[in-house]
Amino acid sequence: MINFDNVSKRYPGGHDGLSNVSFHIKPAEMVFLTGHSGAGKSTLLKLIGLLERATRGQVLVGGRNLTQLPNRKIPYHRREVGMIFQDHRLLNDRTVFDNVALPLVVAGMGHKEVGRRVRAALDKVGLLNKEKSAPITLSGGEQQRVGIARAVVSKPPLVLADEPTGNLDPALSKEIMTLFENFNQVGVTLLIATHDIELISRMNRRILTLDKGQLSHDGLKHTW
Amino acid sequence: MLKIWVLRHIQVSLASLGRLVRLPLSTLMTSAVIGIALALPTGMHVALDHLQAISGGWDGAATISLFLKQDVEAKAAERLTEKLQAKSNIAEVEFISREAALEEFRQLSGFGEALDALNSNPLPALLVIKPTTEQSDPLSTQQLIDELEQLSEADLVQLDMQWVRRFHALTEIAQRGVFVLASLLGLAVLLIIGNTIRLEIQNRHAEIEISKLIGATDAFIRRPFLYAGFWYGLFGGVIACLMVNLSILTLDDPVGQLASLYHSSFSLSIVDLQTVTVLLTGSSLLGLLGSWISVGRHLSTIEPS
Ligand SMILES: Nc1ncnc2c1ncn2[C@@H]1O[C@H](COP(=O)(O)OP(=O)(O)OP(=O)(O)O)[C@@H](O)[C@H]1O
Ligand SMILES: [Mg+2]
Repeated sequence: MINFDNVSKRYPGGHDGLSNVSFHIKPAEMVFLTGHSGAGKSTLLKLIGLLERATRGQVLVGGRNLTQLPNRKIPYHRREVGMIFQDHRLLNDRTVFDNVALPLVVAGMGHKEVGRRVRAALDKVGLLNKEKSAPITLSGGEQQRVGIARAVVSKPPLVLADEPTGNLDPALSKEIMTLFENFNQVGVTLLIATHDIELISRMNRRILTLDKGQLSHDGLKHTW
Repeated sequence: MLKIWVLRHIQVSLASLGRLVRLPLSTLMTSAVIGIALALPTGMHVALDHLQAISGGWDGAATISLFLKQDVEAKAAERLTEKLQAKSNIAEVEFISREAALEEFRQLSGFGEALDALNSNPLPALLVIKPTTEQSDPLSTQQLIDELEQLSEADLVQLDMQWVRRFHALTEIAQRGVFVLASLLGLAVLLIIGNTIRLEIQNRHAEIEISKLIGATDAFIRRPFLYAGFWYGLFGGVIACLMVNLSILTLDDPVGQLASLYHSSFSLSIVDLQTVTVLLTGSSLLGLLGSWISVGRHLSTIEPS
């Protein structure tokens, strides 16, 4: 599903975000990405969502070579990658329903189908009763679940999450992780960047560890 | 497929209309500025139209004098008068015989004595020809003159009122002036709409960024802004139209009074349908173009990170 081959990312100004990173993630895998602050976790996720482009090496996602993908095809690539952020990135002047509907509307889906899918997604994250609320009236955990519903509403085969539990207490974090496991069970590939070692060490999943832009460990246990 | 596409466009255009309506004050202000800019050249165009209508009514302003050759008999001259009278582009022909011409000259010039000293009448006979009102523009008049010059009886053909030509030339210059003004103010409208759309893009920065993040194409993001520009232009055009008509209605009474002093039934008429159509189409297209340029420049600077 995801294939990194000697990928480096140098930011303008000469700072290296990633250097020579290679790994492979199979379809329907659930993988955690960890490392110190500044290690390159967000950079790696941005390369997959084409928010940034690699300076060297090859990134393949779902068989698609992102290095050669022209800019005008980026939107269609992003429709197949659900992205979740620590700061949710919701539109505060829209209702929860409209926020979750956005990916479908953008893809040109019909009105009825949108309603059906949005309610299904909100149901999965347990927010069906909040569809008319404004996002700012919700708690942090609820807002994060709205963000998750938006990421999965169009049923993308791949979901990326950058510190999805960053601001949440352990109980809420656990809830979110359970949600992710549910998605994984129905075949969604997940790549989740997080600091929360305690949480992921109990989950017994594959962990990619980055250190100063380099992949320092790849396995079931973290090493820092 | 096409039906869905059209439906989407209608939805987006109504949605952007809805956005504008929800901010009535700022929408009205922007549209009013556009309206004023457009009302100026429109008003001048209408004024020129009226001037041309008046000048068209100056029938007889351009009369043509056809001097006959000395050897044309009075009988032949009368036949020619009748022949010309029958032509569709001539309203009236007046025959002035050599004798009549001499008499008129004697009375008006004061050279009576000197003329008496001549033993023959040196003046030619003359036909005074008035073209019909429809045919009184410079081109048709010139055509008529050329035609008359071909006549075997004709010695000299002269157009009397040169100033009609000058008036036409002046209105032509004024028309160019209106065109230049319209172009400049059209550019101003372009800038106003461009700037309004730029601010709108800034206001919706977060929305644009998130839309791009979840896979919106540039065309999708561009569309509501293009429609907003279109609506601004259309509103501006409607406001311009209302302003010009309002001015005409305000001026109609005093102008009518002035005209009646000159025994004329001249009155102002509101903007005609053709002008309205051109105005509204032009203003909407300007709006579309203005936002197109603005969107092209500013949308690409917003990228999610
Ligand atoms: N837009 C940018 N321009 C320049 N340098 C950048 C940019 N984004 C990230 N970097 C640098 O690249 C390195 C990796 O950053 P990145 O955000 O990927 O780290 P991270 O692992 O996500 O950190 P954190 O845990 O704090 O989110 C850092 O040293 C950072 O300063
Ligand atoms: Mg980060």
